[in-house]
Amino acid sequence: MDAASVFTGFQFSDLRFLADAAGRTLLISVLAISIGTMLGCVFGWMLSVARIAGDATLGLLLDVFRSVPLIIQLILFYNFFPIIGFNVSPFTAGTIVLVFYTSALVAAVARGGIDAVPLNTRRAARSLGMTYWQDLRYIVWPIGLRAVLPSWAGVALGVLKDSALVSVLGYVELLRASQILITRTQEPFLILAVVGAFYFALSFPISRITARLERRWQYD
Amino acid sequence: MIEIKAVKKSFGDLKVLNGIDLTVDKGEVISVIGASGSGKSTMLYCINALEPIDSGQIVVDGVDVHNKSTDVNKLRRNIGMVFQQWNSFPHLTTLENVALSPRIVLGKSRAEAREIARSQLEHVGLGDKLDVYPSRMSGGQQQRLAIARALAMEPNYMLFDEVTSALDPELVGEVLDTLRLLSDEGMTMLVVTHEIGFARDVSDRVAFFHEGIIEELGPPAQVIEHPQSVHTQKFLANVR
Repeated sequence: MDAASVFTGFQFSDLRFLADAAGRTLLISVLAISIGTMLGCVFGWMLSVARIAGDATLGLLLDVFRSVPLIIQLILFYNFFPIIGFNVSPFTAGTIVLVFYTSALVAAVARGGIDAVPLNTRRAARSLGMTYWQDLRYIVWPIGLRAVLPSWAGVALGVLKDSALVSVLGYVELLRASQILITRTQEPFLILAVVGAFYFALSFPISRITARLERRWQYD
Repeated sequence: MIEIKAVKKSFGDLKVLNGIDLTVDKGEVISVIGASGSGKSTMLYCINALEPIDSGQIVVDGVDVHNKSTDVNKLRRNIGMVFQQWNSFPHLTTLENVALSPRIVLGKSRAEAREIARSQLEHVGLGDKLDVYPSRMSGGQQQRLAIARALAMEPNYMLFDEVTSALDPELVGEVLDTLRLLSDEGMTMLVVTHEIGFARDVSDRVAFFHEGIIEELGPPAQVIEHPQSVHTQKFLANVR
């Protein structure tokens, strides 16, 4: 068998293969960002309420997620289940780890957003008869969101790119797909450029939408 | 009627209120004067339960404010408060600032709430600023916005916490004029202020605070023109 029959050039059907992989990157990222953001907001709120007690418990736990390299978390978590007698798919394991990783990053952002709302503004809201939850919903949420939206966008873009690490578990997302193609075609430049374009296409909406919201939310 | 009975409160070791007794009758305007840190503002915060008290009792229209079973959210609808920092909601227009709590707290419809907001803003002279964001307004305008926002809840009482202290001097007049307007309309008001002229002209009674107690209480002609206590005399001499 000669080399030519093993290595075949980049074909149009490979684009379809990459598009499918991009869909998987999108799926795992959307799940991680949406669920992680919701969890992170709750965690951030808990940190802002509990302060010292929160820092010592939840804060410490979230710091672990933020500090240990994602690739280590993924491998540890994925291999932990068989030890206790379960089998999980790379997708499930990867999603769970990414969700908690995202939630840890978002928690810090959310806490910053809550802290960005002056105590006096909240007192004014309460003095008007608003309940604690009304104050959170109508005052803290919109003001805090406007304050930290750029930071959140940074987290979301980071998670989208970090989702590439789930490839180490064998989940065929964009990066893994590109490696498969590179091995077959021996055309790393072309393929990495195409894959880079896919990542850009996935990221672009996040940065555009948040930039537009930021402009709309300038208070005048 | 607001009845404050033997109220004490400390922040840690610092005794801020050291046995306050004061009754505010319907329609009365009471100015509260005294040095910074004498407990004036803290007393206001205690009246609508933004701060807890250590002992004593505060009763507003027969409701014991600091009783655990009291619904403070309901109580606060009846007590408007305006702060030193005007605390506008920066993400809402002037109209939305005022319309928010009638809608979400009182359950008015969107249209009703906007109508209430519009009339309250016209009342304080901001009828031409309805769709402007607070950041585009002067401190005096934002303070009048805060007054309109509190009035939109149709409270029986208004508490003012040094509402002109953070304003540039040329903006003080417009806010004091608004307070005079409310007083003329018969609003019951408790006004913590450093504006002695305002206290003399507008109040029915003046309370002088000194180290957590009301050291002197009476009509302005008495407390401001003929203070009895050495502390009052000294304070008035300093601020004039």
